[in-house]
Amino acid sequence: MSSEARLNEAGRHMTACLSSLRRYAHALVRDRAAADDLVQDTLDRAWTRIASWHESGDMRPWLFSIMHNLHVDQIRRNRLATVPIDDEALTISVRGRHQDHLELRDLDAALLRLPDEQREVLLLVALEEMPYAEAAKVLGISPANVASRLFRAREKLRTVLAEQSTQSLKVVK
Amino acid sequence: MSKSPISEQDLNAYVDGELSAERRIEVEAHLASNPEAAAQVEAWLAQNQAIKTLFNPVLNEAIPTHLLQAAAQAPDADSLSPASLHKNKPEWLSPWSLQRVAASILLVVTGAGSGWIAHEQLHPPVITVAANTRVSDTPNVAAFAHQAAIAHVVYSPDVKRPVEVGADQEEQLVKWLSKRLNADIRPPKLGELGYELIGGRLLPGASGPVAQFMYHDVTGQRLTLYVSTENKDNKDTAFRFAQEGPVNVFYWIDGKFGYALSAGIDKGELARIATAVYAQLDEKR
Repeated sequence: MSSEARLNEAGRHMTACLSSLRRYAHALVRDRAAADDLVQDTLDRAWTRIASWHESGDMRPWLFSIMHNLHVDQIRRNRLATVPIDDEALTISVRGRHQDHLELRDLDAALLRLPDEQREVLLLVALEEMPYAEAAKVLGISPANVASRLFRAREKLRTVLAEQSTQSLKVVK
Repeated sequence: MSKSPISEQDLNAYVDGELSAERRIEVEAHLASNPEAAAQVEAWLAQNQAIKTLFNPVLNEAIPTHLLQAAAQAPDADSLSPASLHKNKPEWLSPWSLQRVAASILLVVTGAGSGWIAHEQLHPPVITVAANTRVSDTPNVAAFAHQAAIAHVVYSPDVKRPVEVGADQEEQLVKWLSKRLNADIRPPKLGELGYELIGGRLLPGASGPVAQFMYHDVTGQRLTLYVSTENKDNKDTAFRFAQEGPVNVFYWIDGKFGYALSAGIDKGELARIATAVYAQLDEKR
Protein backbone atom coordinates (compact mmCIF):
# COMPACT_ATOMS: atom_id res chain seq x y z
CA MET A 1 0.00 0.00 0.00
CA SER A 2 1.36 3.42 -0.84
CA SER A 3 1.89 5.67 2.13
CA GLU A 4 -0.85 7.96 0.94
CA ALA A 5 -3.28 5.10 0.57
CA ARG A 6 -2.26 3.90 3.99
CA LEU A 7 -3.00 7.30 5.52
CA ASN A 8 -6.36 7.39 3.78
CA GLU A 9 -7.09 3.96 5.12
CA ALA A 10 -6.11 5.09 8.61
CA GLY A 11 -8.38 8.11 8.28
CA ARG A 12 -11.31 5.88 7.40
CA HIS A 13 -10.65 3.65 10.39
CA MET A 14 -10.36 6.61 12.74
CA THR A 15 -13.57 8.10 11.46
CA ALA A 16 -15.30 4.78 11.99
CA CYS A 17 -14.13 4.70 15.60
CA LEU A 18 -15.04 8.29 16.32
CA SER A 19 -18.49 7.76 17.82
CA SER A 20 -17.26 5.08 20.09
CA LEU A 21 -14.21 7.13 21.12
CA ARG A 22 -16.48 10.02 21.97
CA ARG A 23 -18.85 7.89 23.98
CA TYR A 24 -15.98 6.45 25.99
CA ALA A 25 -14.36 9.86 26.48
CA HIS A 26 -17.66 11.34 27.64
CA ALA A 27 -18.14 8.50 30.09
CA LEU A 28 -14.59 8.92 31.37
CA VAL A 29 -14.47 12.71 31.55
CA ARG A 30 -17.77 14.31 32.45
CA ASP A 31 -16.90 17.71 31.10
CA ARG A 32 -18.25 17.63 27.56
CA ALA A 33 -15.70 19.98 26.07
CA ALA A 34 -12.87 18.26 27.92
CA ALA A 35 -14.15 14.92 26.64
CA ASP A 36 -14.06 16.16 23.06
CA ASP A 37 -10.62 17.62 23.72
CA LEU A 38 -9.53 14.19 24.88
CA VAL A 39 -10.85 12.74 21.62
CA GLN A 40 -9.01 15.41 19.67
CA ASP A 41 -5.79 14.79 21.57
CA THR A 42 -6.19 11.06 20.98
CA LEU A 43 -6.57 11.58 17.25
CA ASP A 44 -3.64 13.99 17.14
CA ARG A 45 -1.43 11.57 18.97
CA ALA A 46 -2.66 8.67 16.86
CA TRP A 47 -1.53 10.50 13.73
CA THR A 48 1.91 11.12 15.19
CA ARG A 49 2.21 7.39 15.86
CA ILE A 50 0.46 6.15 12.78
CA ALA A 51 3.55 4.16 11.94
CA SER A 52 2.84 1.88 14.88
CA TRP A 53 -0.67 1.03 13.67
CA HIS A 54 -0.90 -2.32 11.96
CA GLU A 55 -3.48 -1.93 9.28
CA SER A 56 -4.39 -5.57 9.43
CA GLY A 57 -5.84 -5.17 12.87
CA ASP A 58 -8.87 -3.45 14.29
CA MET A 59 -7.93 0.13 15.07
CA ARG A 60 -10.21 0.46 18.08
CA PRO A 61 -8.02 -1.10 20.80
CA TRP A 62 -5.05 0.89 19.52
CA LEU A 63 -6.97 4.17 19.65
CA PHE A 64 -8.49 3.33 23.01
CA SER A 65 -5.10 2.60 24.49
CA ILE A 66 -3.86 5.99 23.29
CA MET A 67 -6.88 7.59 24.91
CA HIS A 68 -6.34 5.61 28.09
CA ASN A 69 -2.74 6.79 28.35
CA LEU A 70 -3.65 10.40 27.70
CA HIS A 71 -6.40 10.20 30.27
CA VAL A 72 -4.08 8.72 32.89
CA ASP A 73 -1.60 11.53 32.17
CA GLN A 74 -4.34 14.10 32.60
CA ILE A 75 -5.43 12.65 35.91
CA ARG A 76 -1.87 12.72 37.18
CA ARG A 77 -1.40 16.26 35.99
CA ASN A 78 -4.62 17.62 37.30
CA ARG A 79 -5.73 15.70 40.33
CA LEU A 80 -8.13 18.39 41.46
CA ALA A 81 -10.43 18.63 38.51
CA THR A 82 -12.11 15.31 39.04
CA VAL A 83 -15.56 16.44 38.02
CA PRO A 84 -15.07 19.24 35.56
CA ILE A 85 -18.20 20.38 33.82
CA ASP A 86 -18.66 22.87 31.03
CA ASP A 87 -21.11 25.17 29.41
CA GLU A 88 -22.99 22.56 27.49
CA ALA A 89 -22.88 19.83 30.06
CA LEU A 90 -26.34 20.38 31.41
CA THR A 91 -27.81 17.64 29.28
CA ILE A 92 -26.97 15.06 31.90
CA SER A 93 -28.71 17.04 34.60
CA VAL A 94 -31.63 17.85 32.41
CA ARG A 95 -31.96 14.16 31.86
CA GLY A 96 -31.81 13.71 35.61
CA ARG A 97 -34.77 15.94 36.19
CA HIS A 98 -37.16 13.43 34.76
CA GLN A 99 -38.47 11.04 37.35
CA ASP A 100 -37.84 7.89 35.38
CA HIS A 101 -34.21 8.83 34.94
CA LEU A 102 -33.51 9.20 38.62
CA GLU A 103 -31.80 5.86 38.74
CA LEU A 104 -29.56 6.82 35.85
CA ARG A 105 -28.49 9.92 37.70
CA ASP A 106 -27.69 7.75 40.71
CA LEU A 107 -25.65 5.49 38.50
CA ASP A 108 -23.85 8.47 37.06
CA ALA A 109 -22.88 9.62 40.54
CA ALA A 110 -21.99 6.10 41.63
CA LEU A 111 -19.67 5.61 38.66
CA LEU A 112 -17.77 8.72 39.67
CA ARG A 113 -17.10 7.16 43.03
CA LEU A 114 -15.33 4.18 41.54
CA PRO A 115 -11.55 4.30 41.45
CA ASP A 116 -10.43 5.30 37.95
CA GLU A 117 -8.93 1.94 37.16
CA GLN A 118 -12.16 0.16 38.04
CA ARG A 119 -14.33 2.62 36.17
CA GLU A 120 -12.23 2.31 33.04
CA VAL A 121 -12.38 -1.44 32.93
CA LEU A 122 -16.12 -1.45 33.59
CA LEU A 123 -16.74 1.07 30.83
CA LEU A 124 -14.60 -0.82 28.34
CA VAL A 125 -16.39 -4.09 28.99
CA ALA A 126 -19.93 -2.99 29.79
CA LEU A 127 -20.21 0.02 27.51
CA GLU A 128 -17.80 -0.75 24.69
CA GLU A 129 -18.44 -4.50 24.95
CA MET A 130 -14.77 -5.28 24.59
CA PRO A 131 -13.59 -8.84 25.18
CA TYR A 132 -11.36 -9.09 28.24
CA ALA A 133 -8.33 -9.64 26.04
CA GLU A 134 -8.97 -6.43 24.13
CA ALA A 135 -9.63 -4.41 27.28
CA ALA A 136 -6.40 -5.85 28.67
CA LYS A 137 -4.52 -4.57 25.64
CA VAL A 138 -6.04 -1.13 25.99
CA LEU A 139 -5.16 -0.85 29.67
CA GLY A 140 -1.81 -2.61 29.42
CA ILE A 141 -2.74 -5.24 32.01
CA SER A 142 -3.40 -8.97 31.88
CA PRO A 143 -6.83 -10.39 31.03
CA ALA A 144 -6.90 -11.91 34.52
CA ASN A 145 -6.40 -8.43 35.92
CA VAL A 146 -9.25 -7.18 33.78
CA ALA A 147 -11.49 -9.87 35.22
CA SER A 148 -10.60 -9.12 38.83
CA ARG A 149 -10.87 -5.34 38.46
CA LEU A 150 -14.16 -5.79 36.71
CA PHE A 151 -15.49 -7.91 39.52
CA ARG A 152 -14.42 -5.34 42.10
CA ALA A 153 -15.93 -2.52 40.03
CA ARG A 154 -19.28 -4.26 39.76
CA GLU A 155 -19.47 -5.06 43.43
CA LYS A 156 -18.36 -1.58 44.43
CA LEU A 157 -20.97 -0.09 42.12
CA ARG A 158 -23.64 -2.24 43.70
CA THR A 159 -22.57 -1.16 47.19
CA VAL A 160 -22.42 2.51 46.27
CA LEU A 161 -25.83 2.41 44.64
CA ALA A 162 -27.28 0.69 47.68
CA GLU A 163 -25.70 3.31 49.95
CA GLN A 164 -27.01 6.13 47.81
CA SER A 165 -30.56 4.86 47.90
CA THR A 166 -30.51 4.60 51.70
CA GLN A 167 -28.97 8.05 51.95
CA SER A 168 -31.62 9.65 49.80
CA LEU A 169 -34.27 7.96 51.93
CA LYS A 170 -32.73 9.57 54.98
CA VAL A 171 -32.57 12.98 53.36
CA VAL A 172 -36.13 12.90 52.13
CA LYS A 173 -37.50 12.14 55.63
CA MET B 1 -19.62 -34.56 39.82
CA SER B 2 -16.23 -33.62 38.51
CA LYS B 3 -17.11 -30.07 37.63
CA SER B 4 -15.02 -27.38 39.24
CA PRO B 5 -17.00 -25.11 41.57
CA ILE B 6 -18.48 -21.96 40.07
CA SER B 7 -16.58 -18.91 41.28
CA GLU B 8 -17.65 -15.28 41.23
CA GLN B 9 -15.11 -14.78 38.46
CA ASP B 10 -17.06 -17.35 36.47
CA LEU B 11 -20.25 -15.39 36.99
CA ASN B 12 -18.44 -12.27 35.91
CA ALA B 13 -17.18 -13.95 32.77
CA TYR B 14 -20.62 -15.37 32.14
CA VAL B 15 -22.14 -11.90 32.13
CA ASP B 16 -19.60 -10.78 29.55
CA GLY B 17 -19.87 -13.83 27.32
CA GLU B 18 -16.29 -14.80 28.06
CA LEU B 19 -16.94 -18.46 28.91
CA SER B 20 -16.57 -21.49 26.74
CA ALA B 21 -19.85 -23.06 25.68
CA GLU B 22 -19.24 -25.93 28.02
CA ARG B 23 -18.54 -23.78 31.03
CA ARG B 24 -21.50 -21.59 30.21
CA ILE B 25 -23.84 -24.54 30.50
CA GLU B 26 -22.34 -25.39 33.87
CA VAL B 27 -22.79 -21.83 35.07
CA GLU B 28 -26.38 -21.76 33.86
CA ALA B 29 -27.10 -24.94 35.79
CA HIS B 30 -25.53 -23.35 38.85
CA LEU B 31 -27.65 -20.24 38.45
CA ALA B 32 -30.83 -22.27 38.12
CA SER B 33 -30.29 -23.80 41.52
CA ASN B 34 -28.69 -20.85 43.22
CA PRO B 35 -30.92 -17.78 43.48
CA GLU B 36 -28.28 -15.67 45.17
CA ALA B 37 -25.84 -16.11 42.32
CA ALA B 38 -28.65 -15.55 39.85
CA ALA B 39 -29.52 -12.28 41.56
CA GLN B 40 -25.89 -11.18 41.38
CA VAL B 41 -25.73 -11.94 37.68
CA GLU B 42 -28.97 -10.12 37.11
CA ALA B 43 -27.72 -7.06 38.99
CA TRP B 44 -24.59 -6.99 36.86
CA LEU B 45 -26.53 -7.36 33.64
CA ALA B 46 -28.77 -4.53 34.78
CA GLN B 47 -25.66 -2.42 35.49
CA ASN B 48 -24.38 -3.06 31.98
CA GLN B 49 -27.71 -2.05 30.51
CA ALA B 50 -27.93 1.09 32.64
CA ILE B 51 -24.41 2.15 31.74
CA LYS B 52 -25.32 1.87 28.07
CA THR B 53 -28.53 3.79 28.55
CA LEU B 54 -26.59 6.49 30.32
CA PHE B 55 -23.90 7.02 27.72
CA ASN B 56 -25.36 5.82 24.45
CA PRO B 57 -27.02 9.19 23.75
CA VAL B 58 -23.52 10.44 22.87
CA LEU B 59 -23.62 8.13 19.85
CA ASN B 60 -26.61 10.00 18.47
CA GLU B 61 -25.06 13.41 18.76
CA ALA B 62 -23.64 15.15 15.75
CA ILE B 63 -19.89 14.73 15.89
CA PRO B 64 -18.14 18.10 16.03
CA THR B 65 -16.67 19.00 12.69
CA HIS B 66 -13.18 19.57 14.04
CA LEU B 67 -13.14 15.98 15.29
CA LEU B 68 -14.33 14.63 11.97
CA GLN B 69 -11.54 16.52 10.30
CA ALA B 70 -9.01 15.39 12.88
CA ALA B 71 -10.01 11.78 12.30
CA ALA B 72 -10.24 11.80 8.54
CA GLN B 73 -6.79 13.03 7.73
CA ALA B 74 -3.39 13.58 9.21
CA PRO B 75 -2.88 17.12 10.44
CA ASP B 76 -0.25 19.33 8.86
CA ALA B 77 3.25 18.46 9.83
CA ASP B 78 3.83 21.65 11.81
CA SER B 79 0.73 21.16 13.92
CA LEU B 80 2.15 17.87 15.11
CA SER B 81 4.54 19.45 17.58
CA PRO B 82 4.60 17.69 20.93
CA ALA B 83 3.45 20.89 22.60
CA SER B 84 0.14 20.68 20.83
CA LEU B 85 -0.50 17.36 22.50
CA HIS B 86 -0.26 18.68 26.02
CA LYS B 87 -2.68 21.39 26.77
CA ASN B 88 -2.30 22.09 30.42
CA LYS B 89 -5.55 22.67 32.15
CA PRO B 90 -5.33 25.84 34.22
CA GLU B 91 -6.22 25.67 37.88
CA TRP B 92 -8.70 28.47 37.66
CA LEU B 93 -8.12 30.82 34.78
CA SER B 94 -4.98 30.97 32.77
CA PRO B 95 -3.41 34.40 32.41
CA TRP B 96 -3.93 34.06 28.72
CA SER B 97 -7.66 33.51 28.92
CA LEU B 98 -7.94 36.28 31.45
CA GLN B 99 -6.25 38.58 29.06
CA ARG B 100 -8.66 37.41 26.45
CA VAL B 101 -11.70 38.32 28.52
CA ALA B 102 -10.18 41.41 30.04
CA ALA B 103 -11.07 43.42 26.97
CA SER B 104 -14.72 42.58 27.33
CA ILE B 105 -14.92 43.48 30.98
CA LEU B 106 -13.43 46.87 30.27
CA LEU B 107 -16.44 47.60 28.14
CA VAL B 108 -18.73 46.50 30.92
CA VAL B 109 -16.97 48.69 33.42
CA THR B 110 -17.25 51.74 31.21
CA GLY B 111 -20.93 51.09 30.81
CA ALA B 112 -21.71 50.24 34.37
CA GLY B 113 -18.87 51.52 36.49
CA SER B 114 -20.28 54.72 37.87
CA GLY B 115 -23.58 53.39 39.07
CA TRP B 116 -25.73 53.82 36.01
CA ILE B 117 -28.76 52.45 37.81
CA ALA B 118 -28.88 55.62 39.87
CA HIS B 119 -29.10 57.70 36.73
CA GLU B 120 -31.40 57.11 33.87
CA GLN B 121 -30.23 54.67 31.34
CA LEU B 122 -28.16 57.21 29.50
CA HIS B 123 -25.51 54.78 28.43
CA PRO B 124 -26.90 51.34 28.00
CA PRO B 125 -24.25 48.90 29.17
CA VAL B 126 -22.26 47.28 26.50
CA ILE B 127 -21.61 43.66 27.08
CA THR B 128 -19.21 41.80 24.95
CA VAL B 129 -18.96 38.14 25.55
CA ALA B 130 -15.55 36.67 25.22
CA ALA B 131 -15.32 34.33 22.29
CA ASN B 132 -15.21 30.71 23.29
CA THR B 133 -12.52 29.39 21.07
CA ARG B 134 -12.20 26.27 23.12
CA VAL B 135 -14.49 26.06 26.07
CA SER B 136 -12.30 23.88 28.21
CA ASP B 137 -9.55 26.47 28.18
CA THR B 138 -11.14 27.51 31.45
CA PRO B 139 -12.67 24.35 32.81
CA ASN B 140 -13.01 25.53 36.39
CA VAL B 141 -14.68 28.75 35.45
CA ALA B 142 -17.03 26.95 33.11
CA ALA B 143 -17.63 24.39 35.84
CA PHE B 144 -18.48 27.25 38.15
CA ALA B 145 -21.11 28.57 35.76
CA HIS B 146 -22.43 25.08 35.33
CA GLN B 147 -22.73 24.54 39.07
CA ALA B 148 -24.55 27.83 39.36
CA ALA B 149 -26.96 26.79 36.62
CA ILE B 150 -27.56 23.46 38.34
CA ALA B 151 -28.22 25.19 41.63
CA HIS B 152 -30.64 27.45 39.81
CA VAL B 153 -32.41 24.53 38.18
CA VAL B 154 -32.61 22.67 41.47
CA TYR B 155 -33.83 25.42 43.79
CA SER B 156 -35.67 28.00 41.74
CA PRO B 157 -38.70 25.80 40.92
CA ASP B 158 -39.14 25.05 44.62
CA VAL B 159 -42.44 26.59 45.65
CA LYS B 160 -42.40 25.93 49.36
CA ARG B 161 -38.75 26.23 50.32
CA PRO B 162 -36.78 27.99 47.60
CA VAL B 163 -34.42 29.49 50.19
CA GLU B 164 -33.11 28.56 53.60
CA VAL B 165 -33.37 32.04 55.08
CA GLY B 166 -35.97 34.47 53.76
CA ALA B 167 -35.57 38.14 52.89
CA ASP B 168 -37.55 39.02 56.04
CA GLN B 169 -34.45 37.99 57.95
CA GLU B 170 -31.98 39.62 55.62
CA GLU B 171 -29.65 40.77 58.38
CA GLN B 172 -29.33 37.25 59.70
CA LEU B 173 -28.88 35.92 56.20
CA VAL B 174 -26.06 38.36 55.52
CA LYS B 175 -24.37 37.62 58.82
CA TRP B 176 -24.66 33.89 58.40
CA LEU B 177 -23.43 33.71 54.82
CA SER B 178 -20.65 36.21 55.46
CA LYS B 179 -19.47 34.11 58.36
CA ARG B 180 -19.62 30.86 56.47
CA LEU B 181 -17.92 32.22 53.36
CA ASN B 182 -15.52 34.25 55.44
CA ALA B 183 -16.18 37.40 53.44
CA ASP B 184 -18.65 40.22 53.23
CA ILE B 185 -21.53 38.64 51.35
CA ARG B 186 -24.50 40.89 50.70
CA PRO B 187 -27.33 40.44 48.22
CA PRO B 188 -27.46 43.32 45.74
CA LYS B 189 -30.69 45.27 45.58
CA LEU B 190 -32.48 44.72 42.31
CA GLY B 191 -35.78 46.39 43.14
CA GLU B 192 -35.28 49.02 40.48
CA LEU B 193 -35.03 46.28 37.91
CA GLY B 194 -38.22 44.69 39.20
CA TYR B 195 -36.63 41.87 41.15
CA GLU B 196 -37.14 41.42 44.88
CA LEU B 197 -35.01 39.27 47.12
CA ILE B 198 -36.66 36.04 48.26
CA GLY B 199 -33.73 34.96 50.41
CA GLY B 200 -30.67 32.82 50.20
CA ARG B 201 -29.02 29.59 51.03
CA LEU B 202 -25.65 28.02 51.60
CA LEU B 203 -24.48 25.40 49.11
CA PRO B 204 -21.43 23.22 48.68
CA GLY B 205 -19.11 24.53 45.97
CA ALA B 206 -16.10 22.93 44.34
CA SER B 207 -13.89 23.42 47.38
CA GLY B 208 -15.99 25.09 50.04
CA PRO B 209 -19.24 26.84 50.78
CA VAL B 210 -20.94 29.07 48.23
CA ALA B 211 -23.97 31.30 48.63
CA GLN B 212 -27.06 31.50 46.49
CA PHE B 213 -29.44 34.44 46.56
CA MET B 214 -32.80 34.14 44.91
CA TYR B 215 -34.96 36.94 43.50
CA HIS B 216 -38.30 37.06 41.75
CA ASP B 217 -40.29 39.58 39.79
CA VAL B 218 -44.04 40.17 39.87
CA THR B 219 -44.67 37.46 37.32
CA GLY B 220 -42.90 34.93 39.54
CA GLN B 221 -39.86 34.74 37.27
CA ARG B 222 -36.95 33.73 39.46
CA LEU B 223 -33.30 34.52 39.14
CA THR B 224 -30.42 33.39 41.29
CA LEU B 225 -27.06 34.90 42.09
CA TYR B 226 -24.44 32.35 42.97
CA VAL B 227 -21.46 33.66 44.90
CA SER B 228 -18.26 31.82 45.61
CA THR B 229 -15.14 32.98 47.41
CA GLU B 230 -13.03 30.14 46.15
CA ASN B 231 -11.02 32.03 43.58
CA LYS B 232 -7.82 32.43 45.55
CA ASP B 233 -5.28 32.79 42.80
CA ASN B 234 -6.51 35.49 40.48
CA LYS B 235 -7.26 39.13 41.01
CA ASP B 236 -8.55 39.57 37.52
CA THR B 237 -12.06 39.95 36.30
CA ALA B 238 -13.92 38.20 33.57
CA PHE B 239 -17.43 38.55 32.27
CA ARG B 240 -18.85 35.67 30.35
CA PHE B 241 -22.06 34.16 29.14
CA ALA B 242 -23.14 30.54 29.13
CA GLN B 243 -26.31 28.85 28.11
CA GLU B 244 -27.21 25.79 30.09
CA GLY B 245 -30.27 24.23 28.57
CA PRO B 246 -33.12 26.60 29.36
CA VAL B 247 -31.01 28.62 31.76
CA ASN B 248 -28.90 31.60 30.77
CA VAL B 249 -25.94 32.43 32.95
CA PHE B 250 -23.73 35.49 33.18
CA TYR B 251 -20.66 34.91 35.27
CA TRP B 252 -17.55 36.78 36.22
CA ILE B 253 -14.60 36.68 38.57
CA ASP B 254 -13.81 39.58 40.82
CA GLY B 255 -10.77 39.07 43.03
CA LYS B 256 -11.45 36.04 45.14
CA PHE B 257 -15.15 36.20 44.31
CA GLY B 258 -16.89 34.33 41.57
CA TYR B 259 -20.40 35.42 40.61
CA ALA B 260 -22.93 33.73 38.40
CA LEU B 261 -26.34 35.13 37.64
CA SER B 262 -28.78 32.55 36.32
CA ALA B 263 -32.32 32.78 35.05
CA GLY B 264 -34.53 31.34 32.38
CA ILE B 265 -34.89 34.75 30.80
CA ASP B 266 -33.73 36.45 27.66
CA LYS B 267 -30.00 37.01 27.38
CA GLY B 268 -30.29 40.77 26.91
CA GLU B 269 -32.52 41.14 29.95
CA LEU B 270 -30.16 39.03 32.01
CA ALA B 271 -27.21 41.07 30.80
CA ARG B 272 -28.96 44.21 32.01
CA ILE B 273 -29.37 42.69 35.48
CA ALA B 274 -25.86 41.28 35.49
CA THR B 275 -24.51 44.71 34.74
CA ALA B 276 -26.48 46.20 37.61
CA VAL B 277 -25.28 43.51 39.98
CA TYR B 278 -21.73 44.06 38.86
CA ALA B 279 -22.02 47.80 39.37
CA GLN B 280 -23.44 47.45 42.87
CA LEU B 281 -20.82 44.98 43.94
CA ASP B 282 -18.13 47.14 42.43
CA GLU B 283 -19.31 50.19 44.36
CA LYS B 284 -18.91 48.37 47.63
CA ARG B 285 -15.28 47.61 47.13
